[in-house]
Amino acid sequence: MPKLLRALAWAAISVLGATALATLALRRGESISAAWLLVAAICTYLVAYRLYARFIAARIFALDPNRRTPAERLGDGRDFVPTNRWIVFGHHFAAIAGPGPLVGPTLAAQFGYLPGALWIIIGVALGGAVQDFVVLCASVRRDGKTLGQMAKEEIGPVAGFTALVAVLGIMIVLIAVLGLVVVNALRSSPWGTVTIGLTVPIAMFMGVYLRWLRPGRVLEASAIGVALLVVALYAGRWVAADPVLAAMFTLGGTSLAWLVMVYGFAASVLPVWLLLAPRDYLSAFVKIGVVVALAVGILVALPPLQMPALTRFTDGTGPVFAGKVFPFAFITIACGAISGFHALIASGTTPKLLERETDAPLIGYGGMLMESFVAIMALIAACALTPGVFFAINAPASALGGTVESAAHAVATWGFTVSPAELQQLARQVGETSLLSRTGGAPSLAVGMAHIFANVLGGSGAMAIWYHFAIMFEALFILTTLDAGTRVGRFMLQDLGRHVWEPFGRVSWYPAVLLSSAIFVAMWGHFLYQGVIDPLGGINSLWPLFGISNQLLAAVALCVGTTVIVKMGKARYAPVTLLPLAWLVVITMSAGWAKLWSPDPRLGFLAHARGIGAVLDTGALPAGASTMLAARRMMFNDYLDAAVAAFFMLSVVVIVIASAHEWMLVVGGRKPAVSTEVPFEPRTATAGVGD
Amino acid sequence: MRSPRAHAPRAWQRRLDAAAAALRRIIGAPDYEHYAAHMRACHPGQQVLSRDEFARQRLEDRYARPGARCC
Repeated sequence: MPKLLRALAWAAISVLGATALATLALRRGESISAAWLLVAAICTYLVAYRLYARFIAARIFALDPNRRTPAERLGDGRDFVPTNRWIVFGHHFAAIAGPGPLVGPTLAAQFGYLPGALWIIIGVALGGAVQDFVVLCASVRRDGKTLGQMAKEEIGPVAGFTALVAVLGIMIVLIAVLGLVVVNALRSSPWGTVTIGLTVPIAMFMGVYLRWLRPGRVLEASAIGVALLVVALYAGRWVAADPVLAAMFTLGGTSLAWLVMVYGFAASVLPVWLLLAPRDYLSAFVKIGVVVALAVGILVALPPLQMPALTRFTDGTGPVFAGKVFPFAFITIACGAISGFHALIASGTTPKLLERETDAPLIGYGGMLMESFVAIMALIAACALTPGVFFAINAPASALGGTVESAAHAVATWGFTVSPAELQQLARQVGETSLLSRTGGAPSLAVGMAHIFANVLGGSGAMAIWYHFAIMFEALFILTTLDAGTRVGRFMLQDLGRHVWEPFGRVSWYPAVLLSSAIFVAMWGHFLYQGVIDPLGGINSLWPLFGISNQLLAAVALCVGTTVIVKMGKARYAPVTLLPLAWLVVITMSAGWAKLWSPDPRLGFLAHARGIGAVLDTGALPAGASTMLAARRMMFNDYLDAAVAAFFMLSVVVIVIASAHEWMLVVGGRKPAVSTEVPFEPRTATAGVGD
Repeated sequence: MRSPRAHAPRAWQRRLDAAAAALRRIIGAPDYEHYAAHMRACHPGQQVLSRDEFARQRLEDRYARPGARCC
């Protein structure tokens, strides 16, 4: 009978999930409880994991608990270490979960909660989790090869090279846009600036502690670090309350941008043990802690979603970023639904840790479901704000004007209501002078989180502490990606550069280290700086570029996955990866096309440049530019953005054509379907021999 | 260096140690104990790196390739 019971339970979960999804999609008018969103997500995850992940594991890869994994065969006590599956799960999740799933859904809330919710829930089940899982399996069967190596060996050298250059391009755009999110969160906020600034010496202290005082005591050092973070939080409040000190630490966007660049450079050239590693530990603990706390907070508070299911901005006139709901909702939310970057991790550290092949569904598919859940929580936190507040925080200054009155007026013209007094009071409550035009998603998410946390603990009196706690958490997250990314980018640049000039590639020769770090920081720093001074808010142009680039990498990963499946002689199951691939190609191409050629200057890079040119021709200066030179620079940046978007689109085309060619050869019988997997080796000596 | 305990570890101590080890591995800290045990078991006679050198190599390596940290 337990079999029947289990079937009934799964049927109940499916019905519950379907009901919740239908309620989300169909209910209009009054606000709806976040519980529906949670139920829809969790039920879909459970069913997808139970059915789809198992299907892929059994039918495509035939995962076998008796097959030796790379960790077992190549165990070296360093990279290859057989590890308990829950520990690998935690490690993998901590590595894939970054600021992406927090920021994307927050920005996409401008369309209402429905597009984001559906894309996150359905996209992860059919796309993101499949990608991570398939790449993980492919890599485990190939001694933990990286995505780049697999692209080269499975598809061809052109695809391999394109993947390599694309990764470098993605890192540049990713770091720039994340830097911009931090800058916008800390702009004219002495409290935030001091708290985040203090995390650097805290990390360095931890580094010194781990190197000389108590070597290897990572948990001890992390506990001290977390305690010091709380001190930093209160130190920030103390500084903000002192008029002289507060003025000293009230920084504008450009100064903050320079500071972020100096930080990235320092992280790239300083020894890893001093800054990067301790920061990473600290960030991992804070990350896991906050994700758990947010889940508990949302479950306890179950806030109603104030945002409508769909807003009028699905037509592309939204103030947060330009573009219609298709394709831009799918570009704005990358991490949380499908994120190509994960393929680098699923083919990096993780495959070298797997104890059993059969752990792969939990880690690859399940880990991505967890990240998707984080994205759902971010969406809830953003949609729990009243739409008026949401748009007042997320719309650029050019749309809102500089005062609470002008902002309230602008919000009213969009059909939402918020009073100037409300905006002022909210800013005071969270301990800031103003929350207007804090674009980038981090501040509005922090306000949403502060609402939820204060609901559970501390009441509205604790809003300011919770807000800055959330800002600290997001900035810690982001800077950890930024510093590690800068260092990795520096290495990749050195690796490419050594073909031109050999000494440039020497990774421990200081002139080369300094030069390559400076070049890489300059590359992302340029985009960051341009974003900071952009009158449209910067996020408007940079976030879609990041989304396109991340989806491009996902397309590469799915091409590799499809090729692997076809070469295993399982072409009939290729739609598992072909379906999300086709969708990604459609959205990256249509979004890229719109960013390039749209006649709307808010959307199209070229149209924007033409608009500036037309104004300059009349002898006037365009909005946001104070000199002729600045206007010319804005035009140059538009052309640069357009070139980057075109490059990403071209990369997609190259990879897809190269892969399709390979599939045709194999499917058409002109090339034998030979898998490059490492041959089967049984775990137990007897199992393979006897029968 | 860890000081050896004077008496056999109790159940709760063992559990605490295991939890701490799990946490260290989740955050990706260099696992010197495991490495040293591996070297003793599989490559006796080979030079074993010092804790400091091992930690430095692991960390340098971790931040030299994409795939350590995501967006």
